[in-house]
Amino acid sequence: MYRSHILVCGGTGCTSSGSEQIISTLEQELAKNGLEKEVKVIKTGCFGLCALGPIMIVYPEGSFYSMVKSEDIPEIVSEHLLKGRIVKRLLYSETVTEDTVKSLNETDFYKKQHRVALKNCGVINPENIDEYIALDGYQALGKVLTEMKPQEVIEVIKESGLRGRGGGGFPTGLKWQFAAGNESDQKYVCCNADEGDPGAFMDRSVLEGDPHVLIEAMSIAGYAIGATKGYVYVRAEYPIAVKRLQIAINQAKEYGLLGQHIFGTDFCFDMELRLGAGAFVCGEETALMTSIEGHRGEPRPRPPFPAVKGLFGKPTILNNVETYANIPQIILKGASWFNSMGTEKSKGTKVFALGGKIHNTGLVEVPMGTTLREIIEEIGGGIPNGKKFKAAQTGGPSGGCIPAEMIDIKIDYDNLIAIGSMMGSGGLIVMDEDTCMVDIAKFFLEFTVDESCGKCAPCRIGTKRMYEMLSQICKGNATLEDLDKLEELCYEIKAGSLCGLGQTAPNPVLSTLKYYRHEYEAHVVDKKCPAGVCKDLLSFEIIADKCKGCTLCSRVCPVGAIQGTVKNPHSIDKSKCIKCGACIEKCRFDAIVKK
Amino acid sequence: MKSLAELQAIRDKMKNSMNVRDDNGNKIRVVVGMATCGIAAGARPVLNGFTEEVAKRNLDNVTVTQTGCIGICQYEPVVEVYTPDGEKTTYVKMTAEKVAKVVTDHLVNGKVVSEYTIGSVAK
Repeated sequence: MYRSHILVCGGTGCTSSGSEQIISTLEQELAKNGLEKEVKVIKTGCFGLCALGPIMIVYPEGSFYSMVKSEDIPEIVSEHLLKGRIVKRLLYSETVTEDTVKSLNETDFYKKQHRVALKNCGVINPENIDEYIALDGYQALGKVLTEMKPQEVIEVIKESGLRGRGGGGFPTGLKWQFAAGNESDQKYVCCNADEGDPGAFMDRSVLEGDPHVLIEAMSIAGYAIGATKGYVYVRAEYPIAVKRLQIAINQAKEYGLLGQHIFGTDFCFDMELRLGAGAFVCGEETALMTSIEGHRGEPRPRPPFPAVKGLFGKPTILNNVETYANIPQIILKGASWFNSMGTEKSKGTKVFALGGKIHNTGLVEVPMGTTLREIIEEIGGGIPNGKKFKAAQTGGPSGGCIPAEMIDIKIDYDNLIAIGSMMGSGGLIVMDEDTCMVDIAKFFLEFTVDESCGKCAPCRIGTKRMYEMLSQICKGNATLEDLDKLEELCYEIKAGSLCGLGQTAPNPVLSTLKYYRHEYEAHVVDKKCPAGVCKDLLSFEIIADKCKGCTLCSRVCPVGAIQGTVKNPHSIDKSKCIKCGACIEKCRFDAIVKK
Repeated sequence: MKSLAELQAIRDKMKNSMNVRDDNGNKIRVVVGMATCGIAAGARPVLNGFTEEVAKRNLDNVTVTQTGCIGICQYEPVVEVYTPDGEKTTYVKMTAEKVAKVVTDHLVNGKVVSEYTIGSVAK
């Protein structure tokens, strides 16, 4: 029995900011003070506040320490654990008020959140199956196997209104129904853990923080549709996730929760991992299955849909990690518990990966229908450096931008589609006034061009042409007719592409054209980049009145483009200037401007 | 895993040991003063005594935690017991031997051990 538990985040974010080192220092310090039998150190998955990592929570007090360094550990051990004095300077500032220390759950970051898929992330030790079981793990599997018929399971999922969290938002229960309805000697359950959207990492966090939930959910799915074999397709770039998932599978096998005659019933189910080699297209369902089969990951036309002819030509269902993470709780708490959350057509909660120009970058889970404003201003803590909110990009390369004037939009599947974006996997990238929308569209297009598998011409050639046109716009070499051509090309690619990657590739362009056409026009007509990003359209100038002749700028200029003598106004030779911006950063008098 | 009962058994066993991470307000909180004064007077065996006793008796409605100097150093080791209804009892000059009685009488049966409280000592 331990009197205190210290939870240290072992997610990818905190690991990269040094949480492994923190844990080993902590263990050494505890041993040095003879506390190793009193205080237990637990490595968990992601807490969500990645911007503040490495983070740790000390229970039973619930003190939340953020941005902890190894040097801080002796103080935490000697003050907090030995003497019971909380180290205030290391507490997450939002938990500290004038005279009391709030619990993390009372902060703005957590208050508005509702954790379903992330329920156990940051709470349990993902490498210990007993901890998962302690929080009702595998109860749902036990319940379906001993009390429910497969069709009853499907009915519950249908009734819950759960829709696929990976992108399209197809009703999960319906998908299961289709696969259950097809007779076959063999069926498969697959999990898409390929998560390739720039800015999205919720699936990784579930795999790292709560891997058993996936095993339990896939087993339930297997029972529901009559499958005995499951495959998890996880990207090899997620080494921590792969490792923990493998540990979890081994533990489940040891406990007999995977394998033959689970809970003494006739149900047998086994699972394996397949590592993806980092091709974005392998997140598309038919390409993913082709890849599991051992072929080059290319999509194929649908129909036939995987529910009819999927992996190895057999009926197959494929859901992503976050979708599965909801299943055990729906079984245990009921469909009406789940569908009481959310909006009319989008039930439950959604995890968003907040990134970009926002204070609290990290993971948040909110009920569907939460407004963009609540997510950005309240949970996310707003935009840093007093800048203005300009747009939010959702859905990665398949999605689009939500402009600032729509900040009160209630986020659900249908509202996002209606304004030309989409939920996608849930990446939410916040942009401020220093972001050029043409440049953003170009960024996502560059990604799609790189990741197109090349099988169909609209995607292979079309996205490349789009990228070239955007580059010309950013250089100021385009005309207004080119904008029309670009738009036309977008619709052609949407209509002609074979799979979701190509069909959605033009979305970032279309949505920015729709809401920020004036910015495109500024590039084309005025040859200006209003946000000051596109280098070819910028020129740097020194305002003579403001320049004190301190020479800082000329000393920092890497190409020697700035001339002038001490105490006299300097000037920039535009033919030499490479527009790196080093001079602006150094100038103390705001005397240098980008135009 | 041959039956649900087996799963249940693991759950019950583990729930107890994870109890410490549950910070809801419906619990009895045992707070042990662990400043220099408390430690010097022997607060550590008292703290460990509470942890062990609570575990042994499977009291999942009790958390044991620690705090700094309460300000009455001459009475250390000091232990405060907070019940969910907001009642506070202050035990003073605690020892590991006294712990068992506080756990049985107060934590389990809800009867304050008045002879150990600050009221009776101060008289």
